[in-house]
Amino acid sequence: MFLTHQRVAGTPLDQLPVLWLAVTGTIEWVLDNVVGPLMDLLAEVLGTPMLGYPFMQRAYLAAVCIAVIGPLVGTFLVHREMAMLSDTLAHTAFAGVAVGLFLNSALSLALSPLLTAFVVAIVTALLVELLVEHAGAYTDTSLAMVLTGGFAVGSILITATDGGISVGIDAYLFGSLATVSTANVGILLLMSLIVGGLVTLTYRPLLYVTFDATAAQAARLNVRRYKRLMVVLTALVVVSAMQIMGVFLVAAMLVVPVAAAARVARSFRQSILLAILAGEFAAIAGVTLSYNYGIAAGGSIVVTAIGVYVATFGFQKLAPSLRRLGQLRPGHSEAGLKADGGEEKGVSNGPTPSRLADSPTSTS
Amino acid sequence: MTPAASKTDESTDSLISVRNVSFRYGDVPVLDSVSIDVEPGAFLGLVGPNGSGKSTLLELMLGLRRPDVGTVSLFGEPAAAFDDGERIGYVAQDATEAGREMPITVREVVRMGRYPKRLVGRFAAEDKRAVVDAMEQVGIADLATRRVGRLSGGQRQRVFIARALASGADLLALDEPTVGVDAESREEFYELLHDLNANGLTVVLIEHDIGVVTTYATEIACLNRQLYFDGAPEAFVETDALAAAYGSDQHVLHHDH
Repeated sequence: MFLTHQRVAGTPLDQLPVLWLAVTGTIEWVLDNVVGPLMDLLAEVLGTPMLGYPFMQRAYLAAVCIAVIGPLVGTFLVHREMAMLSDTLAHTAFAGVAVGLFLNSALSLALSPLLTAFVVAIVTALLVELLVEHAGAYTDTSLAMVLTGGFAVGSILITATDGGISVGIDAYLFGSLATVSTANVGILLLMSLIVGGLVTLTYRPLLYVTFDATAAQAARLNVRRYKRLMVVLTALVVVSAMQIMGVFLVAAMLVVPVAAAARVARSFRQSILLAILAGEFAAIAGVTLSYNYGIAAGGSIVVTAIGVYVATFGFQKLAPSLRRLGQLRPGHSEAGLKADGGEEKGVSNGPTPSRLADSPTSTS
Repeated sequence: MTPAASKTDESTDSLISVRNVSFRYGDVPVLDSVSIDVEPGAFLGLVGPNGSGKSTLLELMLGLRRPDVGTVSLFGEPAAAFDDGERIGYVAQDATEAGREMPITVREVVRMGRYPKRLVGRFAAEDKRAVVDAMEQVGIADLATRRVGRLSGGQRQRVFIARALASGADLLALDEPTVGVDAESREEFYELLHDLNANGLTVVLIEHDIGVVTTYATEIACLNRQLYFDGAPEAFVETDALAAAYGSDQHVLHHDH
């Protein structure tokens, strides 16, 4: 699909991504020779032939990756109240796709439109961040202008290019299972490793900057660097997930599971885990629904995720009565707010060092 | 956990030294030739009308901004170049609002105090000890696993103080920390600041409640673009600096705490 991995030699531009091809080639080999047979086995064991089809194997694998990195980066984004940035970058990534298609058509190249989408989204993300550093804050207006501006450029480039290319645009706009190539999955796996690794390495400064940027600056953290890293990570995730989720819906994967997790999580770390779990549930259920009923994958995933979000309200209603039955540990209800800690009777006054692990779920 | 005042005896004896500093936002002058020193162990209360440049002065003191004119030194170094983040604790103006929706626990916030030392890698025993000690010192150890956004305003302020203590800060800077905190908690909060200061922690505080400042601070600076007063609280209530700074007949309301 989309000229992603065709070998066209000759121009210098084609020789640049040699390393890139080597990496994705390795990943493709693993997909074909390790993951594929494993999923075939799973299909047989579960008795679901759908898992045996290579295109569905790719779709599930892609969905699983997206549902890890989307909520992971989204958690920081949402709690910095920058959720709209993901939607903005998705729309400018569309311009990136259009740039790739345009260049290919005009200069007879065979660039992957995904590659140009990465470049355009990252550049836009950094430009928006520089603008914010200059102006002081994100504004609705400026994000709306970048969002529509990016999409406008995309639409111009698409229509300015010779007729044929607009054929595949739907797949980018609405997402598609069938068009996920092995190379796409390879790129997605690689991005998951990069994004997951970067967030793991910079978890503490990202958390500090997300929660209290001024205090982080006073504590001499390089706030500007981590804010820039944050927007670049967002660009990487948005473009990676665009293939399945579609330009219009990709932001949901960074926002909806996070919003659901934030309602019930007891700590930040737990909220990341719960958001990923919610994302995985939505992604796997969504892809399955999409296959079984022939409906859009992105839409199915988002509707499922919103279902999970709505379910958290029910969970919160039920939680107090469940707690009364002794099935949940005490604490964390809104009712005990003013009680100066009186609610957490089970928690001792002086936590021992062994309880200082980040997981807050070990008490009582 | 008690900060060692002797650590600050470096090139100058002032912990913060602001010299002839002017600052403007674009065309708007905010500070005009301000000079002020903060000695180790001081409790400085910064007062002045809204838009008088208090927050800007505090940010300049901490090296978060650079002055257009003049110099600021912090722990004897140029403030902007000073990079020993764990010696500075900062409670920002909107800290009471921070994290209201964010699912983050008291312990997760207090642990941030150790981040300047430990940005990556496992927390060592001393890091964990410092976090526990800090929470105990401000009386929030029993709230460790609670979400910060679900605490009362007074409790939440203690979390930010604990974060500064966990880092072993010598300097605690607070920008109107008790906005939206009820009167009783506010008083308890200032008692806590008073105790910490008595143990050697240097405190710089912006507070709009002049009664509170004159009760707890050991030094008052009254600001409105220029410095109108810098001295002991007893002297401050005797002068007409406040009226001059506010440009009207303001009286010092003396709350009996």
